[in-house]
Amino acid sequence: MDNIISIQNLTFEYLRDEDQMNIKAIDNVSLEIERGSFTAVIGKNGSGKSTLAKNLNGLLIPTEGVIYVDGFDTRDDNHIWDVRQTAGMVFQNPDNQLVSAIVEDDVAFGPENLGIEPDEIRRRVDKALEDVNMGQFRKKAPHLLSGGQKQRIAIAGVVAMKPKCIIFDEPTAMLDPKGRSEIMSIIDELHEEGITVILITHFMEEAVRAQRVIIMNEGHVLMDGTPQEVYANEEVLKAANLEMPLMFEVGAKLRQQGIDVPSHIITEEEMVEFICQYK
Amino acid sequence: MIRDITLGQYFPGDSVIHRLDPRVKIIATLMFIIELFIVDNFIGFAIAAICLGLVIAVSKVPLSFILRGLKPILIILMFTFALNIFMVDGRILWQWGFLKITAEGLRLAVFMAIRLVLLLMGSSMLTLCTRPLSLTDGIERLLAPLKKIGVPAHEIAMMMTIALRFIPTLLEETDKIMKAQQARGADFETGNLIQKAKALIPILVPLFVSAFRIAQDLAMAMEARCYRGGDNRTRMHEMKLKGRDYVAVLLLIVFLAVIIIETRLF
Repeated sequence: MDNIISIQNLTFEYLRDEDQMNIKAIDNVSLEIERGSFTAVIGKNGSGKSTLAKNLNGLLIPTEGVIYVDGFDTRDDNHIWDVRQTAGMVFQNPDNQLVSAIVEDDVAFGPENLGIEPDEIRRRVDKALEDVNMGQFRKKAPHLLSGGQKQRIAIAGVVAMKPKCIIFDEPTAMLDPKGRSEIMSIIDELHEEGITVILITHFMEEAVRAQRVIIMNEGHVLMDGTPQEVYANEEVLKAANLEMPLMFEVGAKLRQQGIDVPSHIITEEEMVEFICQYK
Repeated sequence: MIRDITLGQYFPGDSVIHRLDPRVKIIATLMFIIELFIVDNFIGFAIAAICLGLVIAVSKVPLSFILRGLKPILIILMFTFALNIFMVDGRILWQWGFLKITAEGLRLAVFMAIRLVLLLMGSSMLTLCTRPLSLTDGIERLLAPLKKIGVPAHEIAMMMTIALRFIPTLLEETDKIMKAQQARGADFETGNLIQKAKALIPILVPLFVSAFRIAQDLAMAMEARCYRGGDNRTRMHEMKLKGRDYVAVLLLIVFLAVIIIETRLF
């Protein structure tokens, strides 16, 4: 198996100011992320999922353990920029991650930092803006755009750096339902294009789209498997304080009524299709 | 309403002046200002005024728009005029008590007033015809040679770029905080100046907190996008001098020469 990210016995501690205590945000976690896969990491607030994301591209350095990103150790200062280029990151707040007052200049920011030739930057910026369907807004000022549009610009800014892997740190948490579905379909497209996607979220419905779901709780991996496997385990979901995805619950209720809903059905579309074809 | 705010005083347009390289425009403006201090007679000012008039005509920026920019300095203008006209000794034209107007004073007052007006109109042409972002880019390139003696050219330009980007964000934030406090009965409108200023403190504190939070988020986002200062950084928009820029430089040199010759002659 070809893994793009390899996490070995990761422990991350930070100092909490109030009581001068070391808090273990992540406690001895080992994970492998397969190249080209779509992994969702879910957990409630304080479960360590965001800290994990920031460790993956060297924004935070492990207290103990090692993380390899495409073969580069995140602790190695000589390769920190390789790590960050390989594993791009999209953050939660769309407002606070855009640098320039013009959309296309912002998308160009990453490639400019990499020292790429101006002609090539131009091509990448145009391509990235087309990828997120924001081509017609290239000359606009970000503050005139909606939250979803701003978040698409932020994604374009990462895509223009041609990363092999993109980590989305709760990208839809501050968006309205429309913006949320736009962002999710762009994430799906990027995954289809071959980019490894790691989606940090607390929305169960979003995690359902992934091939693999990792549930985190208090710095530990509580469960790791396909969405079907994970959501079948009600006890674990309760322990992690998470709610089951709606369609999963609908499926369970239907089964109680004697309708044989296959267990792989977890998204709305699948459920609609199943019900329409049910005889 | 807060969304429509225009930054700086850029007047959108597509004239030759607008399209000139910002570096050329910055240097031309500096030269023009220096020029105004070399000139020591009215013919020199007339030449400068005609040249400025031509630039304004070509730029298609309405004159009323430029004159509106002079309003804030009207008081300074009147103040210097009054100082010059009453304080200079010489041939007395008119006297009332200790107030006297001399011929030399009158000449100097008019002279200074013209100089100030031309100075302001000239420099406002730079900001009226150049996008704030190209202006910061231009400043960065012009300061680049000074990096060797420790001038942080890239950092200065980056700070200006980020400031331009976040002014609207912070205004929205202010709006939000004010509305939240008004909803809980805060009063920003009544009272005297001191009371109004005091009412602003509860806005400023959360605004600062949120500005620092934004700064922290942005710094992390910039680092994640491989920002590591100005070294080895390329730019998407390369600044290349085009034909029109060379023509502009040529005209600038002619203008310089004419003014210098003129001050020698008269």
